[in-house]
Amino acid sequence: AEVEETLKRIQAHKGVVGTIVVNAEGIPIRTTLDNSTTVQYAGLLHQLTMKARSTVRDIDPQNDLTFLRIRSKKHEIMVAPDKEYLLIVIQNPCE
Amino acid sequence: ERTYKPVSYVDQMAIHFSMDGNLILKDSDEGRRQNARLSIEEGKFLKTQSFLPPLEDSAIISEEAEIKDAESTEDAQAAGEEEAEEAGTAEVAEAAEAEEPPPPRPRERKLANQFNFIERASKTLNNPLRERACQSEPTPCKNFSATANQWEIYDAYVEELEKMEKSKEKEKPRAHIAKKEEKRKDRRSTSLESQSDDITKVSKAAKIMERMVNQNTFDDIAQDFKYFEDASDEYRDQQGTLLPLWKFQYDKTKRLAVTAISWNPKYKDLFAVGYGSYDFMKQSRGMLLLYTMKNPSFPEYVFSSESGIMCLDIHSDHPHLVAVGFYDGNVAIYSLKKPSSQPSYRSSAKLGKHTDPVWQVKWQKDDMDNNLNFFSVSSDGRIVSWTLVKNELVHTDVIKLSVEGATMQGPEGLQLQTLGCGTSFDFHKKIDYLFLVGTEEGKIYKCSKCYSSQFLDVFEAHHMAVDAVSWNPYHMKVFISCSSDWTVKIWDHTIKTPMFIYDLNSAVGDVAWSPYSSTVFAAVTNDGKAHVFDLSVNKYEAICTQVVVAKKKNKITHVRFNPVYPVVIIGDDRGHVTCLKLSPNLRRMPKEKKGQEVKKGPEVEIAKLDKLLNLVREPASRA
Repeated sequence: AEVEETLKRIQAHKGVVGTIVVNAEGIPIRTTLDNSTTVQYAGLLHQLTMKARSTVRDIDPQNDLTFLRIRSKKHEIMVAPDKEYLLIVIQNPCE
Repeated sequence: ERTYKPVSYVDQMAIHFSMDGNLILKDSDEGRRQNARLSIEEGKFLKTQSFLPPLEDSAIISEEAEIKDAESTEDAQAAGEEEAEEAGTAEVAEAAEAEEPPPPRPRERKLANQFNFIERASKTLNNPLRERACQSEPTPCKNFSATANQWEIYDAYVEELEKMEKSKEKEKPRAHIAKKEEKRKDRRSTSLESQSDDITKVSKAAKIMERMVNQNTFDDIAQDFKYFEDASDEYRDQQGTLLPLWKFQYDKTKRLAVTAISWNPKYKDLFAVGYGSYDFMKQSRGMLLLYTMKNPSFPEYVFSSESGIMCLDIHSDHPHLVAVGFYDGNVAIYSLKKPSSQPSYRSSAKLGKHTDPVWQVKWQKDDMDNNLNFFSVSSDGRIVSWTLVKNELVHTDVIKLSVEGATMQGPEGLQLQTLGCGTSFDFHKKIDYLFLVGTEEGKIYKCSKCYSSQFLDVFEAHHMAVDAVSWNPYHMKVFISCSSDWTVKIWDHTIKTPMFIYDLNSAVGDVAWSPYSSTVFAAVTNDGKAHVFDLSVNKYEAICTQVVVAKKKNKITHVRFNPVYPVVIIGDDRGHVTCLKLSPNLRRMPKEKKGQEVKKGPEVEIAKLDKLLNLVREPASRA
């Protein structure tokens, strides 16, 4: 539906390498990358997001994690956590 | 062996028999024991023999008595024997029986030494062991692990609170119907949930992600928007520039012209753009898009309509309601909360729509019944107030723009009033009933909501249609108007002639006051230029004139200032919306004067300027 379109747009955006949708248990539901990479990203980022969220909420329980961005030399990994899902996008910021 | 045994060799002596013997001292322990043993055996022997000749053996018995040590029992037995002899054979048998068991003599104490020690042990019979076990079925186990962080505790509390609140709500007397509705909703929602794929739940995250991706792509623009201040403005001697930022376009609107722009009063980065066509011949559909500056590549909301949209206005208190006027004379209200692409409420021919395109709509304050209402002006000469009563639009003609003195003779002697064609209007910010209407004939009428047939005043403003009128946001009396006759004029509504006239060499599409200063305004022209004026800096010339759109034939149709950020958006007739940042020179705030509010500062200046310009008339009174 609308969400599908949004995801398509994100994928078609300039510089985006791949998108992964991960469910609450860390299992990737939807991906545009190959299987091994997807599984790797999903597992590692899931843990990291949990840790980040735990950190934020420990400091203030009324707070919650909205977004996580990891910028590396080669590209930028963006993680948008939701209640049950995790949306991961890897982008090459054009510089 | 009863044979002769040959002896092989005989020396002197041949031994036939030899027996070794031991000598034990008679009184030693061993000697005594052996003696005792011998005597017992003799006693037994003698006893058995003594049966046969009972009488005669009394002497022998007495002899026995002498031999044995312990004689008493022997004597008793002897006596018993004697009695037995007297009794007879039966008695003899009894006596014999009595004698048979050996007399229990007090034996010699047995000596216990290691040679004589006999161990005697006995063991009970051990029953064979058998194991029997019983095991119950194990209760089903499940591993559960969790961390008890502070936020988990907090979450649990919040859930509890919500549950309690829900239960309280359900207890209310409306329980029945509410419960039914809730059940229905629940069923629907559950069925929807089961039907819809999990993907739809990612919608929020996807939205945020899209914005982030866009931010990355347009990173430099975003940085410019936030932080860039043109340093060269210092050297430019009060001239300013407009820095192009984002460009918003949508492929479905490529052929349409931007006909209206409006910022959302609540969300400062959200703006609405109406698409339609100004061309009389090429009328097609229209679109309403809402963009946010956070996502320049795709609109947030898209609405389409059959007729071109000519104007729009967003309600200041209900930022989800957008009033729209169409080319076919209809008006409609779109609600952003509803996902449908159709308007929530729509006028129709029955309900008194305009017969000509609606050029401007504006929301008003809620009327006395708290109904939403807005005004619209159209070329059919009517200014209509629409009220939303019980989900229907009800119209009220507020005023008819009759052209003075021009009554025509219609057929059959009817007097027809020629109506002027309204093209724009603006309501006063403070004085509620006062508003201005610009017409196609170039006149500006000052009207009041209370009077439906008469104008308060008329200004002979322009030679051609008035494209926009706008009250100054600070000054109570000043308004600005622009027209296709290439001019922009600034007026004081108490004075019939304009204060300032600017000729911009091309038809002016739109003019807008800036929200931060009472002397700054922007005007856009058909040749693709944007002009920014600051009256406090330069009364006669624009401090910025810049070509904003790419192609030459691109006319700019609308311009609007963002209420918060130093940004303007400009719409052109190719369907593009460009966002530009104002350089610092354009944003100069007037210096504070002693004891006076900053806002009023420029107004005082204007008044001064008025005086300068219009020496003939009475000096403009200070508000």
